[in-house]
Amino acid sequence: MHDLTDEEQQLYDMVCEFADTVVAPQAYEADRTHELSMDVVAQMGELGLFGLPFPEEVGGQGGDYMALCLAIEALARVDQSVAITLEAGVGLGAMPIFRHGTDEQKAEFLPDLVAGRALAGFGLTEPEAGSDAGATRTTAVLDGDEWVVNGSKQFITNSGTPITSFVTVTAVTGERTRPDGSTAKELSTIIVPNGTPGFTVGPGYDKSGWRASDTHPLTFDDVRVPAANLLGERGRGFANFLQALDEGRIAIAALATGAAQGCLDEALAYAKTRNVFGVPIASHQYIAFTIAGMQARVHTARLAWHDAARRADAGLPFKKEAAIAKLVSSDAAMLNARDATQIFGGMGFMNETTVARHYRDSKILEIGEGTNEVQLMVIARELGLAA
Amino acid sequence: MKIIVLVKEVPDTWGERKLDLETGLADRAAGEVVLDEIGERALEVALAHADAHDGTEVVVMSMGPESAATTIRKGLAMGAASAVHIADPALAAADLGLTARTLAAAIRRSGFDLVITGNLSTDGSGGVIPAMLAELLGVPNATALSSVEIADGSVSGVRAVEGGTMRVNAPLPAVVSITEALPDARFPNFKGIMAAKKKPFETLGAADLDVEPEDLSVGWSIMTAVAEKPPRTAGTKITDDGDGGTRIAEFLIENRLV
Ligand SMILES: Cc1cc2nc3c(=O)[nH]c(=O)nc-3n(C[C@H](O)[C@H](O)[C@H](O)COP(=O)(O)OP(=O)(O)OC[C@H]3O[C@@H](n4cnc5c(N)ncnc54)[C@H](O)[C@@H]3O)c2cc1C
Repeated sequence: MHDLTDEEQQLYDMVCEFADTVVAPQAYEADRTHELSMDVVAQMGELGLFGLPFPEEVGGQGGDYMALCLAIEALARVDQSVAITLEAGVGLGAMPIFRHGTDEQKAEFLPDLVAGRALAGFGLTEPEAGSDAGATRTTAVLDGDEWVVNGSKQFITNSGTPITSFVTVTAVTGERTRPDGSTAKELSTIIVPNGTPGFTVGPGYDKSGWRASDTHPLTFDDVRVPAANLLGERGRGFANFLQALDEGRIAIAALATGAAQGCLDEALAYAKTRNVFGVPIASHQYIAFTIAGMQARVHTARLAWHDAARRADAGLPFKKEAAIAKLVSSDAAMLNARDATQIFGGMGFMNETTVARHYRDSKILEIGEGTNEVQLMVIARELGLAA
Repeated sequence: MKIIVLVKEVPDTWGERKLDLETGLADRAAGEVVLDEIGERALEVALAHADAHDGTEVVVMSMGPESAATTIRKGLAMGAASAVHIADPALAAADLGLTARTLAAAIRRSGFDLVITGNLSTDGSGGVIPAMLAELLGVPNATALSSVEIADGSVSGVRAVEGGTMRVNAPLPAVVSITEALPDARFPNFKGIMAAKKKPFETLGAADLDVEPEDLSVGWSIMTAVAEKPPRTAGTKITDDGDGGTRIAEFLIENRLV
């Protein structure tokens, strides 16, 4: 990509090399056993990947959001589970603390998070509140100098790894009156350390994809945490996580682009060497066109997320661009995964192949971090339509 | 302690490699280029020592086309303090002797306590540069080490030989070469990549080193012909009709492969 600086290109190449030599060899086994490799996470930490978008003052690498997304794309080519672990670890774990934390919260949590020695989750989704985050039912009531949290969350990434130190949860902390006199829920975000009495991390889900990524249901039963665990201003919870979600969409778009690229690489190599009826299948125009189409999707997806990330780093509005990037790149990943498995024939249905894994993994890209219907809603609203 | 590590840009070992049949040189345009893995391992030896010993200065040095600068910079991103790049079109067709004379001049110019190289590059595969350098620099040479310990004033290591191992030791300054047995190199991190931009990167030509590329008073090796590897032939297929094992054994014996 010509828009990358030399340093960005080197970063991308370096993470590709790491992905190919360290991540790819364990991907099948990790997927098969539903087990995130903590050894891989530790090596990613040493490489500085969890610190990419943070300044050196807090132990980061001094890069930007673009740099983080390049690393996510490079990892996702070979293993989406590892890529989402980085995406969620930074975007949902460390970033909210960096953005909204007090000096004390930053000093306590950031050093381990940016070094990849600890992970944190962000609990927004509930059984009755997914796309409609405003429907949150989990409550937090201030009792003296403690918050008492009650409720449940579901599908929370990185919430139960051996190094998870806390989950930031959204909770209703009261009611506020709008200028027109109507009332609305007051949503805030609260840091709940793992191991706090009453906070239960349920068993990991049996997922169809992203199987090596760590995802759990959470329950909160009279969980008491200090009042100082409020993250950001009381009542600003909604605004804060919407910002995190907008950014997260760019990172998911980068992840999806990596997946689409991984499918392309696999299909291209396979089509050139697989001989059927005495000729490589790549010599058929139908196969060649299929692969050409895959390349076009990768390119379009990459342009879309690069633009959104550049805008975010430049401080320009990027809501619409992020939604578009997420929409087109998740489509690219799904379609490329489908084409790649088809090109692999029966082998494409074997879980040991990377394309079979991408086929199962890519579906969530159209669901997580806002479903694609939600992306259309965002784009439509940006166009002034009542969606 | 100043350690100079020799590194080299080579065609990607895992990619397709081609010879330019006109010049006999590796065709760099034919595929991806990378920092030679054995050079990266040599750099890792130096960086690991520097991590544990304050006051160690690691310099990466390379002779190669101007375009190799990006690849050499990876050595800086990994942690070397500075780089010396000898890039001169007049050196493009250098034989092993001229390469060694040029590198020796650059090493002498920089000053050194220890020079670490790989035992063999993956492209030219001459394998004699370390010995030639030691000769030209007038220092001891320990070749093909599978482990290296650097101490104050000396370097020692182990060389695997047929049926055993040898422990070798040399006083500094010295030249050592290492084998693939040494650990993989570290990955550069982003901070390293950014820092590399600001590190000293010296580019030298033959004239800066008082090396005369066309010096006819010294011996030269001249390549008289280059040929491409013949394409692989189909091979022998043995269909197993119950006696497959015997026939494979016969084939191996016949071709003196066992
Ligand atoms: C592996 C995994 C990891 C996850 N990690 C996290 C995490 O770390 N933290 C977290 O908070 N959440 C996480 N989630 C949750 C995820 O963000 C939600 O599943 C997602 O937002 C969708 O919510 P839902 O499942 O409740 O679907 P619903 O909201 O019930 O949606 C069902 C369907 O209805 C459609 N729909 C809803 N409203 C409309 C509308 N107005 N117009 C048109 N269509 C509509 C949706 O697009 C969807 O197709 C994760 C999920 C998975 C599967």
